Amino acid sequence: MNPTPSSEFWAGVRETFPLVVGAIPFGIIFGTLAESGGLSLWAALAFSAIVFAGSAQFIALGMVSAGASWPIIILTTFVVNLRHLLYSTTLLRQVRHLPQRWRVPLAFGLTDETFAVVVRHYELPPASELKHWYYLGSAAFMYLNWQLCTLIGLTFGRLIPGIEHWGLDFAMSASFIGIVVPYLKSRPMFAAALVSGALGVALYDLPNKLGLILATLAGVAIGFLLEGSGNPSKPENRTFAVAGEG
Amino acid sequence: MSEVWMVSGMFLVTFLVRYLPFGLAGALRIPEPLERALRYVPPAVLMAIVAPAVLMPDGEALHWSWENPHLVGALAAFGVGWWKQNLLLTIVASLAIFFGVRMLLGAA
Repeated sequence: MNPTPSSEFWAGVRETFPLVVGAIPFGIIFGTLAESGGLSLWAALAFSAIVFAGSAQFIALGMVSAGASWPIIILTTFVVNLRHLLYSTTLLRQVRHLPQRWRVPLAFGLTDETFAVVVRHYELPPASELKHWYYLGSAAFMYLNWQLCTLIGLTFGRLIPGIEHWGLDFAMSASFIGIVVPYLKSRPMFAAALVSGALGVALYDLPNKLGLILATLAGVAIGFLLEGSGNPSKPENRTFAVAGEG
Repeated sequence: MSEVWMVSGMFLVTFLVRYLPFGLAGALRIPEPLERALRYVPPAVLMAIVAPAVLMPDGEALHWSWENPHLVGALAAFGVGWWKQNLLLTIVASLAIFFGVRMLLGAA
C-alpha cells in the first residue's frame, strides 16, 4: 500500500504515542509547580503554548523561583535549547524541498521526542515524498498533549499534595533511554553515548547548562573519530534500528 | 510586565535555534563529514541529559547506589530496551520498577 498524507500523519501520531506517555507526568508536574514557582497563570500557559520546550521550561521556572532576572533566563533558555540547532541541521536535508508554510510549523514542533521519532522514520525505507506529514503528526500530538497536561497540572495539581515529590521526572529519563538504546548498535555510537553521559555528569556544575553542550560535542566528536578510524563497515553505522516501532 | 519580556525572549531564542537551519535550507549545504557527525547527536545529547538526571537526582551529589531508584530504573530501561526493543514497554516497565524501588525504600 502506498503511503498517503493521511496514512503518514497517523503513523506519526501512532509511533509518537510511547513518548507522549513519557511526557504526560512531566507536563502535569510543570503545570503543578508553575504557580507556586512564581509564574502567573497566563505565563505558565504561554510557556507551554508559545515556547514549547519541556526541559527549558523547567529550568526557567526554577530560575524564576530563585529570583533570576529575565535576560539571564532567556540566555539560559538559549543555551539549553542549542541542541535543537543540531536537530534542525540534521533534518535540513529532509525539509529542503518544502515551502516555508511547512518549514515554520515543523521547526516550531521540533522537540527531542519528535526529532527522535522523525529522524528514524526518514532513515527507514520506503523513500517517500510525504514523510513531512509523519513529522507533522508527531509534532501535533506532542503539542496537544503538552497543552493538555499543563492545563491539568495547573487546575488539578494542587489537589494532590506532594505530587512534585513523587519522582515523576523519571518518566523523561525513561523516554530518553528508550530513544537511545536502538542507536547503540555500533562501537562508535556506544562510545559517543558513554562519553557524553560521563561528561554530562562531570561538567554538570558549569553555569547555564553549558556542560550539556560541551558533553554533547565531545560525544559526537568521539563517535565521529572512532567511525573514521578502523571501522570500515559504515553502512552498519548508518542504519537505525527498527526497534521500538509500535 | 517582565513576564511578557521573558516569555517573548524565550520564544524567540527557542524558535530561532529550531528554525534557522530550516529557514536557510535553500542556501545551506552541509558537508558530508558534518552530516556523518550529526548522526551522533541524538544519543549524545540525550545521554548528556539523562546521566546527570539519574546519577545525581538531587542535582548535587552522585548517588551510585541500589538505593537510588532513578539509577535502578534507568538500568532497567536499558535492559528492557535492549531485550524487548519496544519503546512503550521500555518506558512503562522502567517506571514500574522505579516506583517499586521507591516503595521498597518507603519513600512513596
